[in-house]
Amino acid sequence: MSTRQTPPVSLDKAAVDERLLRIIRILAPIMVLAVSIGLWSLIVRINNIQPYVLPGPEAVFQTLIDDWPVLSRSLLVTLSTTLEGFVAAAVGGILMALLFNQSKWLEYSLFPYAVILQVTPVIAIAPLLLIYLPQQTAVVVCAWIVGFFPVLSNTTLGLNSVDRNLAGLFRLYGASRLQTLCYLKLPAALPFILGGLRIAGGLSLIGAVVAEIAAGSAGAGSGLAYRIAESGYRLNIPRMFAALLLLSVAGMVIYGLLAFVSHLILRRWHESALGKES
Amino acid sequence: MAAPASVSDINLNPADLVVSLRGVTKTYDSGIVALGPLDLDVRRGEFVSLLGPSGCGKSTALRLIAGLNAPTSGVIQVSHRGSEMGAGHSIGFVFQEPTLMPWASVRENVRLPLKLGRMPASEANGRIAQALAQVGLADFADAFPRELSGGMKMRVSLARALVIDPDILLMDEPFAALDEITRFRLNNDLLTLWRSLRKTVIFVTHSVFESVYLSQRVIVMTARPGRIAAEFHIDAAEPRAEEFRTSAEYAGYCRDVSHALTPLHQGRSIR
Repeated sequence: MSTRQTPPVSLDKAAVDERLLRIIRILAPIMVLAVSIGLWSLIVRINNIQPYVLPGPEAVFQTLIDDWPVLSRSLLVTLSTTLEGFVAAAVGGILMALLFNQSKWLEYSLFPYAVILQVTPVIAIAPLLLIYLPQQTAVVVCAWIVGFFPVLSNTTLGLNSVDRNLAGLFRLYGASRLQTLCYLKLPAALPFILGGLRIAGGLSLIGAVVAEIAAGSAGAGSGLAYRIAESGYRLNIPRMFAALLLLSVAGMVIYGLLAFVSHLILRRWHESALGKES
Repeated sequence: MAAPASVSDINLNPADLVVSLRGVTKTYDSGIVALGPLDLDVRRGEFVSLLGPSGCGKSTALRLIAGLNAPTSGVIQVSHRGSEMGAGHSIGFVFQEPTLMPWASVRENVRLPLKLGRMPASEANGRIAQALAQVGLADFADAFPRELSGGMKMRVSLARALVIDPDILLMDEPFAALDEITRFRLNNDLLTLWRSLRKTVIFVTHSVFESVYLSQRVIVMTARPGRIAAEFHIDAAEPRAEEFRTSAEYAGYCRDVSHALTPLHQGRSIR
Protein backbone atom coordinates (compact mmCIF):
# COMPACT_ATOMS: atom_id res chain seq x y z
CA MET A 1 0.00 0.00 0.00
CA SER A 2 1.38 3.34 -0.89
CA THR A 3 1.51 5.94 1.77
CA ARG A 4 1.24 8.91 -0.46
CA GLN A 5 -0.32 11.78 1.26
CA THR A 6 -1.54 15.00 -0.15
CA PRO A 7 -0.27 17.93 1.86
CA PRO A 8 -3.10 19.24 4.00
CA VAL A 9 -4.55 22.30 2.41
CA SER A 10 -4.52 25.04 4.97
CA LEU A 11 -7.70 26.99 4.55
CA ASP A 12 -6.80 29.20 7.47
CA LYS A 13 -3.60 30.23 5.79
CA ALA A 14 -5.43 31.19 2.62
CA ALA A 15 -7.90 33.26 4.62
CA VAL A 16 -5.08 35.03 6.44
CA ASP A 17 -3.35 35.78 3.14
CA GLU A 18 -6.57 37.19 1.78
CA ARG A 19 -7.02 39.47 4.78
CA LEU A 20 -3.40 40.58 4.68
CA LEU A 21 -3.76 41.49 1.02
CA ARG A 22 -6.80 43.59 1.76
CA ILE A 23 -5.01 45.46 4.58
CA ILE A 24 -2.03 46.10 2.31
CA ARG A 25 -4.29 47.49 -0.37
CA ILE A 26 -5.62 50.06 2.08
CA LEU A 27 -2.38 50.73 3.91
CA ALA A 28 -0.03 51.10 0.94
CA PRO A 29 -1.57 54.26 -0.54
CA ILE A 30 -1.88 55.76 2.96
CA MET A 31 1.81 55.09 3.53
CA VAL A 32 2.67 56.76 0.23
CA LEU A 33 0.61 59.79 1.28
CA ALA A 34 2.26 60.02 4.70
CA VAL A 35 5.75 59.66 3.26
CA SER A 36 5.11 62.30 0.57
CA ILE A 37 3.75 64.78 3.09
CA GLY A 38 6.70 64.09 5.37
CA LEU A 39 9.19 64.61 2.53
CA TRP A 40 7.38 67.77 1.44
CA SER A 41 7.55 69.18 4.94
CA LEU A 42 11.21 68.17 5.32
CA ILE A 43 12.29 69.76 2.05
CA VAL A 44 10.53 73.01 2.88
CA ARG A 45 12.14 73.14 6.34
CA ILE A 46 15.67 72.08 5.40
CA ASN A 47 15.87 74.53 2.49
CA ASN A 48 14.01 77.17 4.44
CA ILE A 49 11.68 77.80 1.49
CA GLN A 50 9.41 80.80 1.92
CA PRO A 51 5.63 80.18 1.96
CA TYR A 52 5.09 82.40 -1.10
CA VAL A 53 7.33 80.02 -3.05
CA LEU A 54 6.28 76.69 -1.59
CA PRO A 55 4.30 76.44 1.63
CA GLY A 56 4.78 73.39 3.79
CA PRO A 57 1.87 71.03 4.40
CA GLU A 58 1.36 72.51 7.87
CA ALA A 59 0.88 75.97 6.37
CA VAL A 60 -1.62 74.62 3.87
CA PHE A 61 -3.68 72.95 6.58
CA GLN A 62 -3.45 76.08 8.75
CA THR A 63 -4.77 78.14 5.82
CA LEU A 64 -7.52 75.64 5.23
CA ILE A 65 -8.68 76.14 8.82
CA ASP A 66 -8.13 79.92 8.97
CA ASP A 67 -9.73 80.63 5.59
CA TRP A 68 -12.52 78.07 6.00
CA PRO A 69 -15.35 80.66 5.91
CA VAL A 70 -14.17 81.98 2.54
CA LEU A 71 -13.16 78.63 1.12
CA SER A 72 -16.31 76.79 2.21
CA ARG A 73 -18.50 79.41 0.57
CA SER A 74 -16.49 79.06 -2.64
CA LEU A 75 -16.66 75.27 -2.39
CA LEU A 76 -20.42 75.49 -2.16
CA VAL A 77 -20.60 77.73 -5.23
CA THR A 78 -18.43 75.38 -7.30
CA LEU A 79 -20.28 72.32 -6.10
CA SER A 80 -23.68 73.76 -6.96
CA THR A 81 -22.39 74.76 -10.41
CA THR A 82 -21.07 71.24 -10.87
CA LEU A 83 -24.34 69.72 -9.73
CA GLU A 84 -26.41 71.89 -12.06
CA GLY A 85 -24.11 71.10 -14.97
CA PHE A 86 -24.15 67.40 -14.10
CA VAL A 87 -27.93 67.16 -13.85
CA ALA A 88 -28.31 69.06 -17.13
CA ALA A 89 -25.74 66.73 -18.75
CA ALA A 90 -27.43 63.61 -17.37
CA VAL A 91 -30.95 64.60 -18.37
CA GLY A 92 -29.87 66.07 -21.71
CA GLY A 93 -27.57 63.18 -22.59
CA ILE A 94 -30.09 60.47 -21.77
CA LEU A 95 -33.00 62.26 -23.46
CA MET A 96 -31.00 62.91 -26.59
CA ALA A 97 -29.82 59.29 -26.72
CA LEU A 98 -33.44 58.16 -26.43
CA LEU A 99 -34.42 60.48 -29.28
CA PHE A 100 -31.54 59.19 -31.41
CA ASN A 101 -32.64 55.65 -30.65
CA GLN A 102 -36.18 56.32 -31.79
CA SER A 103 -35.22 58.14 -34.96
CA LYS A 104 -32.15 57.31 -37.05
CA TRP A 105 -32.88 60.44 -39.03
CA LEU A 106 -32.39 62.63 -35.95
CA GLU A 107 -29.27 60.73 -34.98
CA TYR A 108 -27.62 61.21 -38.37
CA SER A 109 -28.44 64.93 -38.41
CA LEU A 110 -27.39 65.80 -34.88
CA PHE A 111 -24.71 63.37 -33.74
CA PRO A 112 -21.84 65.07 -35.60
CA TYR A 113 -22.58 68.28 -33.73
CA ALA A 114 -22.52 66.53 -30.41
CA VAL A 115 -19.05 65.27 -31.36
CA ILE A 116 -17.95 68.76 -32.42
CA LEU A 117 -19.15 70.15 -29.09
CA GLN A 118 -17.10 67.48 -27.36
CA VAL A 119 -13.84 67.81 -29.29
CA THR A 120 -13.69 71.62 -29.19
CA PRO A 121 -11.75 72.39 -26.00
CA VAL A 122 -14.10 73.86 -23.44
CA ILE A 123 -11.44 76.31 -22.28
CA ALA A 124 -11.63 77.87 -25.75
CA ILE A 125 -15.43 78.07 -25.72
CA ALA A 126 -15.71 79.50 -22.21
CA PRO A 127 -14.61 83.08 -22.98
CA LEU A 128 -17.11 83.26 -25.82
CA LEU A 129 -19.93 81.98 -23.62
CA LEU A 130 -19.00 84.55 -20.99
CA ILE A 131 -19.58 87.29 -23.51
CA TYR A 132 -23.07 86.18 -24.45
CA LEU A 133 -24.42 84.70 -21.22
CA PRO A 134 -24.62 85.90 -17.63
CA GLN A 135 -21.60 84.59 -15.80
CA GLN A 136 -23.36 82.01 -13.63
CA THR A 137 -25.24 80.62 -16.63
CA ALA A 138 -22.08 80.48 -18.72
CA VAL A 139 -20.28 78.50 -16.03
CA VAL A 140 -23.11 75.98 -15.78
CA VAL A 141 -23.21 75.66 -19.58
CA CYS A 142 -19.49 74.84 -19.58
CA ALA A 143 -20.01 72.17 -16.97
CA TRP A 144 -22.86 70.80 -19.08
CA ILE A 145 -20.87 70.77 -22.33
CA VAL A 146 -18.12 68.54 -20.99
CA GLY A 147 -20.42 66.23 -19.04
CA PHE A 148 -23.00 65.83 -21.77
CA PHE A 149 -21.12 63.76 -24.31
CA PRO A 150 -20.07 60.77 -22.20
CA VAL A 151 -23.68 60.36 -21.09
CA LEU A 152 -24.95 60.62 -24.66
CA SER A 153 -22.44 58.22 -26.19
CA ASN A 154 -22.64 55.67 -23.37
CA THR A 155 -26.43 55.67 -23.37
CA THR A 156 -26.49 55.31 -27.15
CA LEU A 157 -24.09 52.38 -26.89
CA GLY A 158 -26.22 50.81 -24.16
CA LEU A 159 -29.47 51.18 -26.07
CA ASN A 160 -27.86 49.49 -29.05
CA SER A 161 -26.43 46.61 -27.00
CA VAL A 162 -29.73 44.85 -26.42
CA ASP A 163 -29.63 41.06 -26.75
CA ARG A 164 -30.99 40.31 -30.23
CA ASN A 165 -32.93 37.27 -29.14
CA LEU A 166 -34.58 39.22 -26.33
CA ALA A 167 -35.50 41.92 -28.84
CA GLY A 168 -36.98 39.17 -31.03
CA LEU A 169 -38.95 37.87 -28.08
CA PHE A 170 -40.40 41.33 -27.47
CA ARG A 171 -41.44 41.49 -31.12
CA LEU A 172 -42.96 38.02 -30.95
CA TYR A 173 -45.11 39.01 -27.99
CA GLY A 174 -46.25 42.18 -29.73
CA ALA A 175 -44.48 44.72 -27.51
CA SER A 176 -45.16 48.37 -28.27
CA ARG A 177 -42.29 50.80 -28.79
CA LEU A 178 -42.80 52.23 -25.33
CA GLN A 179 -42.85 48.77 -23.73
CA THR A 180 -39.67 47.78 -25.56
CA LEU A 181 -38.05 50.98 -24.36
CA CYS A 182 -39.11 50.69 -20.71
CA TYR A 183 -38.82 46.96 -20.17
CA LEU A 184 -35.93 46.10 -22.45
CA LYS A 185 -33.78 48.91 -23.77
CA LEU A 186 -33.52 51.10 -20.68
CA PRO A 187 -32.72 48.27 -18.23
CA ALA A 188 -30.20 46.81 -20.70
CA ALA A 189 -28.61 50.24 -21.09
CA LEU A 190 -28.56 51.00 -17.36
CA PRO A 191 -24.97 49.81 -16.67
CA PHE A 192 -23.75 51.88 -19.62
CA ILE A 193 -25.74 54.94 -18.50
CA LEU A 194 -24.33 54.66 -14.99
CA GLY A 195 -20.82 54.37 -16.41
CA GLY A 196 -21.43 57.52 -18.45
CA LEU A 197 -22.73 59.36 -15.38
CA ARG A 198 -19.64 58.38 -13.43
CA ILE A 199 -17.43 60.00 -16.06
CA ALA A 200 -19.76 63.00 -16.38
CA GLY A 201 -19.62 63.74 -12.62
CA GLY A 202 -15.87 64.33 -12.67
CA LEU A 203 -16.01 66.15 -15.99
CA SER A 204 -18.71 68.55 -14.80
CA LEU A 205 -16.39 69.62 -11.99
CA ILE A 206 -13.62 70.18 -14.54
CA GLY A 207 -15.99 72.16 -16.76
CA ALA A 208 -17.08 74.32 -13.84
CA VAL A 209 -13.47 74.99 -12.82
CA VAL A 210 -12.38 75.81 -16.35
CA ALA A 211 -15.21 78.27 -16.77
CA GLU A 212 -14.55 79.88 -13.41
CA ILE A 213 -10.91 80.37 -14.31
CA ALA A 214 -11.87 81.84 -17.65
CA ALA A 215 -14.33 84.12 -15.88
CA GLY A 216 -11.87 84.86 -13.10
CA SER A 217 -10.10 87.69 -14.90
CA ALA A 218 -13.48 89.13 -15.85
CA GLY A 219 -14.37 89.71 -12.22
CA ALA A 220 -17.23 88.78 -9.99
CA GLY A 221 -16.72 85.04 -9.51
CA SER A 222 -16.67 83.36 -6.15
CA GLY A 223 -16.07 79.66 -6.84
CA LEU A 224 -13.01 77.70 -5.76
CA ALA A 225 -11.26 78.04 -9.11
CA TYR A 226 -11.80 81.77 -8.92
CA ARG A 227 -10.18 81.69 -5.46
CA ILE A 228 -7.20 79.90 -6.93
CA ALA A 229 -6.81 82.48 -9.70
CA GLU A 230 -7.28 85.35 -7.28
CA SER A 231 -4.84 83.93 -4.73
CA GLY A 232 -2.32 83.49 -7.53
CA TYR A 233 -2.45 87.19 -8.31
CA ARG A 234 -1.95 87.95 -4.61
CA LEU A 235 0.85 85.41 -4.21
CA ASN A 236 -1.22 83.74 -1.50
CA ILE A 237 0.24 80.36 -2.37
CA PRO A 238 -0.97 78.49 0.76
CA ARG A 239 -4.54 79.38 -0.11
CA MET A 240 -4.02 78.17 -3.69
CA PHE A 241 -2.95 74.82 -2.29
CA ALA A 242 -5.84 74.70 0.16
CA ALA A 243 -8.38 75.42 -2.60
CA LEU A 244 -6.73 72.85 -4.85
CA LEU A 245 -6.94 70.30 -2.06
CA LEU A 246 -10.65 70.99 -1.65
CA LEU A 247 -11.23 70.63 -5.40
CA SER A 248 -9.53 67.28 -5.59
CA VAL A 249 -11.37 66.02 -2.50
CA ALA A 250 -14.63 67.20 -4.07
CA GLY A 251 -13.77 65.30 -7.26
CA MET A 252 -13.05 62.13 -5.30
CA VAL A 253 -16.26 62.41 -3.32
CA ILE A 254 -18.32 62.92 -6.48
CA TYR A 255 -16.74 59.89 -8.10
CA GLY A 256 -17.14 57.80 -4.97
CA LEU A 257 -20.79 58.74 -4.58
CA LEU A 258 -21.64 57.92 -8.19
CA ALA A 259 -19.73 54.64 -8.02
CA PHE A 260 -21.61 53.75 -4.85
CA VAL A 261 -25.01 54.57 -6.35
CA SER A 262 -24.11 52.55 -9.43
CA HIS A 263 -23.12 49.62 -7.23
CA LEU A 264 -26.38 49.83 -5.30
CA ILE A 265 -28.45 49.77 -8.47
CA LEU A 266 -26.55 46.98 -10.23
CA ARG A 267 -25.49 44.75 -7.37
CA ARG A 268 -28.25 42.21 -7.80
CA TRP A 269 -27.60 41.36 -11.39
CA HIS A 270 -24.72 42.99 -13.23
CA GLU A 271 -21.32 41.32 -13.60
CA SER A 272 -19.48 44.54 -12.77
CA ALA A 273 -21.08 44.75 -9.34
CA LEU A 274 -20.73 41.09 -8.32
CA GLY A 275 -18.07 39.78 -6.00
CA LYS A 276 -15.46 37.32 -7.25
CA GLU A 277 -17.08 34.45 -5.38
CA SER A 278 -20.50 34.47 -7.01
CA MET B 1 -32.13 15.69 -58.25
CA ALA B 2 -35.04 13.77 -56.94
CA ALA B 3 -37.09 16.07 -54.82
CA PRO B 4 -37.77 14.23 -51.60
CA ALA B 5 -41.35 13.60 -50.81
CA SER B 6 -42.47 15.63 -47.86
CA VAL B 7 -46.17 15.01 -47.96
CA SER B 8 -47.43 13.27 -44.88
CA ASP B 9 -48.83 9.88 -45.54
CA ILE B 10 -51.79 10.59 -43.30
CA ASN B 11 -54.79 12.11 -44.95
CA LEU B 12 -55.32 15.28 -43.06
CA ASN B 13 -58.34 17.21 -42.15
CA PRO B 14 -57.20 20.74 -43.02
CA ALA B 15 -58.69 22.08 -39.79
CA ASP B 16 -56.27 19.88 -37.94
CA LEU B 17 -53.27 21.66 -39.36
CA VAL B 18 -51.64 24.15 -37.04
CA VAL B 19 -48.64 25.05 -39.16
CA SER B 20 -48.44 24.81 -42.91
CA LEU B 21 -45.50 25.85 -45.10
CA ARG B 22 -45.70 25.83 -48.88
CA GLY B 23 -42.65 26.44 -51.07
CA VAL B 24 -41.04 28.57 -48.40
CA THR B 25 -37.55 29.90 -49.13
CA LYS B 26 -35.32 32.34 -47.35
CA THR B 27 -32.44 34.21 -48.93
CA TYR B 28 -30.48 36.51 -46.66
CA ASP B 29 -29.35 39.97 -47.68
CA SER B 30 -25.83 38.61 -48.07
CA GLY B 31 -27.13 36.41 -50.90
CA ILE B 32 -26.90 33.18 -48.92
CA VAL B 33 -29.80 30.89 -49.69
CA ALA B 34 -30.55 29.50 -46.27
CA LEU B 35 -33.69 27.55 -46.80
CA GLY B 36 -35.94 25.76 -49.11
CA PRO B 37 -38.04 25.43 -50.92
CA LEU B 38 -39.68 23.80 -47.94
CA ASP B 39 -43.12 22.22 -47.55
CA LEU B 40 -44.16 21.26 -44.06
CA ASP B 41 -47.42 20.43 -42.33
CA VAL B 42 -47.75 20.08 -38.59
CA ARG B 43 -50.92 18.77 -36.98
CA ARG B 44 -52.39 19.90 -33.71
CA GLY B 45 -50.74 18.30 -30.72
CA GLU B 46 -47.93 16.81 -32.73
CA PHE B 47 -44.28 16.68 -31.60
CA VAL B 48 -42.11 17.26 -34.67
CA SER B 49 -38.35 17.55 -34.75
CA LEU B 50 -36.35 19.29 -37.44
CA LEU B 51 -32.99 17.57 -37.57
CA GLY B 52 -30.05 18.62 -39.66
CA PRO B 53 -26.41 19.68 -39.77
CA SER B 54 -25.37 23.07 -38.44
CA GLY B 55 -26.36 25.92 -40.71
CA CYS B 56 -28.94 23.93 -42.63
CA GLY B 57 -31.60 26.54 -42.05
CA LYS B 58 -33.66 24.68 -39.46
CA SER B 59 -33.46 27.59 -37.03
CA THR B 60 -34.36 29.90 -39.90
CA ALA B 61 -37.46 27.80 -40.56
CA LEU B 62 -38.45 28.16 -36.93
CA ARG B 63 -37.95 31.92 -36.95
CA LEU B 64 -40.08 32.16 -40.09
CA ILE B 65 -42.89 30.20 -38.44
CA ALA B 66 -42.65 32.47 -35.40
CA GLY B 67 -42.85 35.51 -37.64
CA LEU B 68 -39.51 36.80 -36.41
CA ASN B 69 -38.32 36.91 -40.02
CA ALA B 70 -40.25 37.08 -43.27
CA PRO B 71 -39.82 34.42 -45.95
CA THR B 72 -38.33 35.42 -49.30
CA SER B 73 -41.02 33.43 -51.09
CA GLY B 74 -43.71 30.92 -50.27
CA VAL B 75 -46.66 30.83 -47.93
CA ILE B 76 -46.67 30.23 -44.19
CA GLN B 77 -49.93 29.60 -42.39
CA VAL B 78 -50.09 29.41 -38.63
CA SER B 79 -53.37 28.75 -36.85
CA HIS B 80 -54.15 31.19 -34.06
CA ARG B 81 -57.17 29.43 -32.67
CA GLY B 82 -57.70 28.93 -28.99
CA SER B 83 -55.56 31.67 -27.56
CA GLU B 84 -57.16 34.32 -25.43
CA MET B 85 -54.18 36.58 -25.87
CA GLY B 86 -55.18 37.41 -29.43
CA ALA B 87 -53.49 36.76 -32.74
CA GLY B 88 -49.73 36.59 -32.70
CA HIS B 89 -49.55 35.49 -29.10
CA SER B 90 -50.32 31.82 -29.53
CA ILE B 91 -46.68 30.97 -30.10
CA GLY B 92 -44.22 30.25 -27.35
CA PHE B 93 -40.59 30.44 -28.39
CA VAL B 94 -37.61 28.92 -26.60
CA PHE B 95 -34.22 30.01 -27.87
CA GLN B 96 -30.94 28.14 -27.87
CA GLU B 97 -29.76 30.38 -25.05
CA PRO B 98 -32.10 30.97 -22.10
CA THR B 99 -32.39 34.62 -23.23
CA LEU B 100 -33.51 35.87 -19.84
CA MET B 101 -33.44 39.46 -18.68
CA PRO B 102 -30.53 39.50 -16.20
CA TRP B 103 -31.99 42.48 -14.31
CA ALA B 104 -35.27 40.76 -13.51
CA SER B 105 -36.12 37.93 -11.12
CA VAL B 106 -37.35 34.58 -12.37
CA ARG B 107 -40.93 35.65 -11.65
CA GLU B 108 -40.59 38.89 -13.61
CA ASN B 109 -38.93 37.05 -16.50
CA VAL B 110 -41.84 34.64 -16.71
CA ARG B 111 -44.28 37.54 -16.36
CA LEU B 112 -42.88 39.29 -19.43
CA PRO B 113 -45.24 37.93 -22.14
CA LEU B 114 -48.25 38.63 -19.91
CA LYS B 115 -47.05 42.14 -19.10
CA LEU B 116 -46.54 42.87 -22.78
CA GLY B 117 -50.07 41.57 -23.37
CA ARG B 118 -51.33 43.90 -20.61
CA MET B 119 -52.86 41.16 -18.50
CA PRO B 120 -53.97 42.34 -15.03
CA ALA B 121 -51.44 41.41 -12.36
CA SER B 122 -53.97 39.46 -10.27
CA GLU B 123 -54.62 37.05 -13.11
CA ALA B 124 -50.98 36.98 -14.21
CA ASN B 125 -49.69 35.96 -10.78
CA GLY B 126 -51.66 32.73 -10.79
CA ARG B 127 -50.48 31.87 -14.29
CA ILE B 128 -46.88 32.56 -13.40
CA ALA B 129 -47.06 30.35 -10.34
CA GLN B 130 -48.60 27.60 -12.44
CA ALA B 131 -45.97 27.87 -15.20
CA LEU B 132 -43.14 27.81 -12.66
CA ALA B 133 -44.66 24.78 -10.97
CA GLN B 134 -44.90 23.02 -14.33
CA VAL B 135 -41.15 23.30 -14.85
CA GLY B 136 -40.37 22.53 -11.21
CA LEU B 137 -39.11 25.99 -10.25
CA ALA B 138 -41.85 27.09 -7.86
CA ASP B 139 -39.26 27.74 -5.13
CA PHE B 140 -37.04 29.91 -7.29
CA ALA B 141 -39.46 32.68 -8.25
CA ASP B 142 -37.41 35.36 -6.51
CA ALA B 143 -33.99 34.21 -7.69
CA PHE B 144 -32.09 36.11 -10.33
CA PRO B 145 -30.96 34.38 -13.53
CA ARG B 146 -27.29 34.55 -12.57
CA GLU B 147 -28.00 32.52 -9.46
CA LEU B 148 -29.35 29.60 -11.48
CA SER B 149 -27.62 26.73 -13.26
CA GLY B 150 -27.80 26.36 -17.02
CA GLY B 151 -30.56 23.77 -16.81
CA MET B 152 -32.63 25.91 -14.45
CA LYS B 153 -32.28 28.95 -16.71
CA MET B 154 -33.58 26.82 -19.56
CA ARG B 155 -36.54 25.82 -17.39
CA VAL B 156 -37.31 29.49 -16.74
CA SER B 157 -37.19 30.08 -20.47
CA LEU B 158 -39.61 27.18 -20.94
CA ALA B 159 -41.92 28.53 -18.23
CA ARG B 160 -41.93 31.91 -19.96
CA ALA B 161 -42.99 30.22 -23.20
CA LEU B 162 -45.71 28.21 -21.42
CA VAL B 163 -47.15 31.05 -19.36
CA ILE B 164 -49.24 32.42 -22.23
CA ASP B 165 -50.68 28.92 -22.75
CA PRO B 166 -49.61 28.88 -26.41
CA ASP B 167 -51.00 26.60 -29.10
CA ILE B 168 -47.58 26.05 -30.54
CA LEU B 169 -44.25 25.70 -28.80
CA LEU B 170 -41.25 26.45 -31.01
CA MET B 171 -37.94 25.27 -29.57
CA ASP B 172 -34.66 26.18 -31.20
CA GLU B 173 -32.00 23.72 -29.98
CA PRO B 174 -33.01 24.55 -26.44
CA PHE B 175 -30.86 21.94 -24.71
CA ALA B 176 -27.83 22.02 -27.01
CA ALA B 177 -25.65 23.90 -24.55
CA LEU B 178 -26.46 21.69 -21.56
CA ASP B 179 -24.56 18.72 -20.22
CA GLU B 180 -25.93 15.29 -21.07
CA ILE B 181 -27.33 14.49 -17.63
CA THR B 182 -29.24 17.77 -17.45
CA ARG B 183 -30.35 17.37 -21.03
CA PHE B 184 -31.76 13.88 -20.42
CA ARG B 185 -33.68 15.12 -17.42
CA LEU B 186 -35.08 18.08 -19.35
CA ASN B 187 -35.99 15.75 -22.24
CA ASN B 188 -38.06 13.64 -19.86
CA ASP B 189 -39.68 16.68 -18.26
CA LEU B 190 -40.50 18.12 -21.66
CA LEU B 191 -42.14 14.85 -22.70
CA THR B 192 -44.18 14.77 -19.50
CA LEU B 193 -45.29 18.36 -20.09
CA TRP B 194 -46.16 17.63 -23.70
CA ARG B 195 -48.26 14.62 -22.70
CA SER B 196 -50.19 16.59 -20.10
CA LEU B 197 -50.58 19.88 -22.01
CA ARG B 198 -50.88 18.49 -25.55
CA LYS B 199 -49.17 21.45 -27.16
CA THR B 200 -47.95 21.32 -30.71
CA VAL B 201 -44.17 21.27 -30.48
CA ILE B 202 -41.71 21.99 -33.26
CA PHE B 203 -38.29 21.13 -31.95
CA VAL B 204 -35.06 21.99 -33.74
CA THR B 205 -32.02 19.92 -32.86
CA HIS B 206 -28.83 18.52 -34.32
CA SER B 207 -28.90 15.48 -32.09
CA VAL B 208 -30.23 12.30 -33.68
CA PHE B 209 -30.76 10.71 -30.27
CA GLU B 210 -32.67 13.65 -28.88
CA SER B 211 -34.93 13.92 -31.92
CA VAL B 212 -35.81 10.21 -31.90
CA TYR B 213 -36.36 10.16 -28.18
CA LEU B 214 -38.75 13.10 -28.15
CA SER B 215 -40.61 13.16 -31.41
CA GLN B 216 -43.53 11.52 -33.10
CA ARG B 217 -42.05 12.66 -36.37
CA VAL B 218 -38.43 13.45 -37.27
CA ILE B 219 -37.78 15.55 -40.34
CA VAL B 220 -34.22 15.28 -41.60
CA MET B 221 -32.97 18.29 -43.50
CA THR B 222 -30.17 18.62 -46.05
CA ALA B 223 -27.23 20.97 -45.75
CA ARG B 224 -27.76 24.54 -46.90
CA PRO B 225 -30.06 25.41 -48.48
CA GLY B 226 -32.17 23.33 -46.12
CA ARG B 227 -34.73 21.03 -47.68
CA ILE B 228 -36.42 17.97 -46.38
CA ALA B 229 -34.26 14.92 -47.01
CA ALA B 230 -36.31 12.32 -45.21
CA GLU B 231 -39.11 11.92 -42.76
CA PHE B 232 -39.50 9.32 -40.03
CA HIS B 233 -42.48 8.42 -37.91
CA ILE B 234 -41.35 7.25 -34.52
CA ASP B 235 -44.15 4.94 -33.50
CA ALA B 236 -42.79 3.88 -30.15
CA ALA B 237 -45.18 2.96 -27.39
CA GLU B 238 -46.26 5.82 -25.13
CA PRO B 239 -45.40 6.94 -22.58
CA ARG B 240 -41.71 6.95 -23.34
CA ALA B 241 -39.25 7.02 -20.49
CA GLU B 242 -35.65 6.15 -19.70
CA GLU B 243 -36.17 2.49 -20.70
CA PHE B 244 -36.89 3.63 -24.24
CA ARG B 245 -33.41 5.15 -24.45
CA THR B 246 -31.79 1.74 -24.03
CA SER B 247 -34.26 -0.29 -26.13
CA ALA B 248 -33.36 -1.98 -29.41
CA GLU B 249 -36.27 -0.20 -31.02
CA TYR B 250 -34.75 3.16 -30.11
CA ALA B 251 -31.35 2.12 -31.41
CA GLY B 252 -32.96 1.02 -34.67
CA TYR B 253 -34.69 4.34 -35.18
CA CYS B 254 -31.47 6.19 -34.38
CA ARG B 255 -29.57 4.11 -36.91
CA ASP B 256 -32.10 4.82 -39.64
CA VAL B 257 -32.18 8.52 -38.91
CA SER B 258 -28.38 8.76 -38.73
CA HIS B 259 -28.24 7.00 -42.05
CA ALA B 260 -30.47 9.58 -43.64
CA LEU B 261 -28.29 12.30 -42.19
CA THR B 262 -25.05 11.13 -43.81
CA PRO B 263 -24.45 13.01 -47.08
CA LEU B 264 -24.35 9.76 -49.09
CA HIS B 265 -27.96 9.05 -48.40
CA GLN B 266 -29.25 12.55 -48.49
CA GLY B 267 -32.02 13.33 -50.90
CA ARG B 268 -33.40 9.80 -50.66
CA SER B 269 -36.34 9.02 -48.54
CA ILE B 270 -35.84 5.88 -46.50
CA ARG B 271 -39.31 5.25 -45.33
